[in-house]
Amino acid sequence: MTVTTSAARVTAPAAWPAPRPPNRMRAWVTRAPLLPALIFMIVVTQLPFVATLVISFYDWNALYPDDRRFAGFANYSEVLSTPELRRSVGTTVVLTATVVLVSLVLGLVLALLLDRRFRGRAAVRTMLIAPFLLVPIAAALLWKHVLYNPEYGLLNGILRWIGGDTAVQPDWISEMPLMAVAASLIWQWTPFMTLILLAGLQSRDPELVEAARMDGANEWQVFVHITLPHLRRYLELSVLLGSIYIVQNFDAVYTITSGGLGTANLPYTVYQTFYQAHENGLASAAGVIVVIGSLILATFALRVVSSLFRAEVSRR
Amino acid sequence: MTTITTAARRRTGSRGRFRGAALGVAAWLAGILFVLPILWMVLTSFHSEVDAATNPPSLTASLTLDGYRAFFGLDGGASPWPALLNSVTASVVSTLLTLLLALPAAYALSVRPVRKWTDVLFFFLSTKMLPMVAGLLPVYLFAKNTGLLDNIWALVVLYTAMNLPIAVWMLQSFLSEVPAAVIEAAQIDGARLPTILWRVVTPLALPGIAATSLICFIFSWNELLFARVLTGVVAETAPVFLTGFITSQGLFLAKVCAASLMISLPVLAAGFAAQDKLVQGLSLGAVK
Repeated sequence: MTVTTSAARVTAPAAWPAPRPPNRMRAWVTRAPLLPALIFMIVVTQLPFVATLVISFYDWNALYPDDRRFAGFANYSEVLSTPELRRSVGTTVVLTATVVLVSLVLGLVLALLLDRRFRGRAAVRTMLIAPFLLVPIAAALLWKHVLYNPEYGLLNGILRWIGGDTAVQPDWISEMPLMAVAASLIWQWTPFMTLILLAGLQSRDPELVEAARMDGANEWQVFVHITLPHLRRYLELSVLLGSIYIVQNFDAVYTITSGGLGTANLPYTVYQTFYQAHENGLASAAGVIVVIGSLILATFALRVVSSLFRAEVSRR
Repeated sequence: MTTITTAARRRTGSRGRFRGAALGVAAWLAGILFVLPILWMVLTSFHSEVDAATNPPSLTASLTLDGYRAFFGLDGGASPWPALLNSVTASVVSTLLTLLLALPAAYALSVRPVRKWTDVLFFFLSTKMLPMVAGLLPVYLFAKNTGLLDNIWALVVLYTAMNLPIAVWMLQSFLSEVPAAVIEAAQIDGARLPTILWRVVTPLALPGIAATSLICFIFSWNELLFARVLTGVVAETAPVFLTGFITSQGLFLAKVCAASLMISLPVLAAGFAAQDKLVQGLSLGAVK
């Protein structure tokens, strides 16, 4: 269950020619330091996936262990035909796409703002990173209780400040549950996008930008013809890594809505199916579906990482 | 980091300077907007429960430490110390284990690279891209059958695996900056690998190792899903402790703010210390 792209093959940096081992002994001496980590990874991360795959073909409720039997693809067809489970697939896609795209656009704007000299730039950068450094469940609690609460939350408090006693006081979580979850995630993940894109902006060749300016290009032309093409790989990377992290999100859904009101995404559903419904087979099938989705994302992500990595290695 | 040459500046003139100032103000506003919920949480944590629950909110209410007293269990509630201690154990021990495994691996992928070293590097990366939740059930069943449920060491092992790819990637890039001549000199002196790693590589790559540790620490400290499923009363970690606040009971806003802040404090400290490395860890070494 490992993704290896052909693009991943990169030649060793010139400073470190791969030593030609005179015999097998030497090759193993070179490999030895790698083995503990490699074996540990395979045992702890790959074996459980194999087990999940096997379990996903069994009809197995943990409360009736004696009734366990081989069920073929029955769990998969059940996951894809049960409305709640199928909805969780859709919810995952909508939640991930919303959070990633909005944070990407906000992140790009913020990165462009930060990519210029102004008084207090370091302070602003620090302020922007702060949401990302809150423990995820603490951030989710902050949004749920401190901001969204209809009676004493800050959002409704601000509405009342502005609008007086007749101000609208929406119950944010029950009126727009998925957006409520998405907003908290956007708040936490925009800093991540900003940081990646800022790193991209700062790796731009300043001479190229200056040359374009000398030739009379205006800010917009520089942005469209130089900055954006240069940022492409960084944008791709932000989208893919953001997707990989947010597809897996559990904390926000678990805390803000407890999966209710149509906000249960796949990770939450997997958790609930086995932890509360004890349906091991079904949970595993849902888990395998998450893996398949992630594999598709991961294949592209690895390609982008390897192209950035190759540029990095050749620069060394 | 837009380089504005004197020639360009002359051309843009005062209009450009005004625009620059306006964009600076916009950046400040954005920064304040993002940090505002946290500042509000800090203020609320110092309010009494009654003042915390007013609408419209009160900016001038008197400050008190009651929320923090309640968090630390001084008013008869549950003490957070066992959970905090479990989190420290899980994060610190798993970070040390990760370094112990990752440092030799990174050496074999940069200083003395094995053949096809990039393939191995990408294998590590690919494991990080698969959702942890998919392995949750087998891990749970294994822990249950081996008596490791509600045992902090199960989390130590899992967090080590969770962070190992990040650590290998980060350390690989730091170690490849160690000059070859230094290691060759040590080898000529007859030093063996553990000695080279400990006496030569570690001191030279210390800033990188520190950054890697901070990132691993943050991720272990934050983790909720596995901790929620695998621990109960004895081994609960700080994030699991916070799940107690998910459903609201009476007035508890100041307490939830104080608790969230106290439990985030180590991450905030580590994150600000490793600000530049944070994104490197999250982008799995792709962005420096």
